[in-house]
Amino acid sequence: MEMTARELWTALHGMGFGALYLLACSGAIVEFWRRYAPAAATPATTGDERFLRIYFAVLAALAWLAVLTGTYIVYPWYRAAPPPGTTDLSGFPQRLLMASPSTIGWHSLGMEWKEHVAWLVPISTTMTTAVFFRYGRRLKDLAPLRNAILWMLLGSFFAAGVAGFFGAMLNKHAPVQGGTTIHFAGGEKP
Amino acid sequence: MSAQGSSVEQLPNGSGAAALLAAGVASFTLAVLAIAADQIAWVKSAMIFYKPTGPLSGVTTSAIVVWLVAWLVLEARWRKKTVALGRICTAALVLMALGLLLTFPPLADLF
Repeated sequence: MEMTARELWTALHGMGFGALYLLACSGAIVEFWRRYAPAAATPATTGDERFLRIYFAVLAALAWLAVLTGTYIVYPWYRAAPPPGTTDLSGFPQRLLMASPSTIGWHSLGMEWKEHVAWLVPISTTMTTAVFFRYGRRLKDLAPLRNAILWMLLGSFFAAGVAGFFGAMLNKHAPVQGGTTIHFAGGEKP
Repeated sequence: MSAQGSSVEQLPNGSGAAALLAAGVASFTLAVLAIAADQIAWVKSAMIFYKPTGPLSGVTTSAIVVWLVAWLVLEARWRKKTVALGRICTAALVLMALGLLLTFPPLADLF
């Protein structure tokens, strides 16, 4: 069982940070609403607040790790230009997608949207974390602020969903490959 | 007045409003810079801060700088104040929504 270094970084970016963000963000939205809504059946305790502070900080860290690894590690491999005369475009995902009318949309719509919209995620998640650290349980009494950060979190979840969906589809149609091969395990002979 | 009510009164809402509005401004700025880098040749080359990543490096770095500066300025002005939260929240959410919409290529290409 082998993976290349580029495949490993792509998996870390998409599944390690991106997918975990999506999972954690859905939990944050539910928990935030459940504990801080005006008619919350179970109001937040000091312990809940401490837990949510750590949770939001981890959420923001995941968002930053996802966009930074995506933009500065995986994306340069995706957009690398092939040397003149190259006929095998498998090592140049962007050019591979652009070479066929049936796949060009994955780049011109998918990647073009994903690469920008994903950056709204760490911005809104960091803001949410900062506001939560500042106000904590008092957000229950600050309705416009509480509702606005809930909407920001929903927007962030949507943006991360767009980035995650297109990331998965792009990697399906034109995987980022190459680099050092990492050997994990040997299989049994059939 | 209840203890909870006085704690709200003691803590001005300005910091929260500053953080929220700065995030909205950053989202909108990012979308505008992305459109400009796509449509205007000199902006595109000016946005290449890191060659392997291309204009995306400048678009995102500039938006982050705008965000942090806006946040610092607003925080300094509103930290000890209670501001009109309703209007600021609406403005921030509209800017965030515009950021989401304007990064969508079919809409961005209209400009």
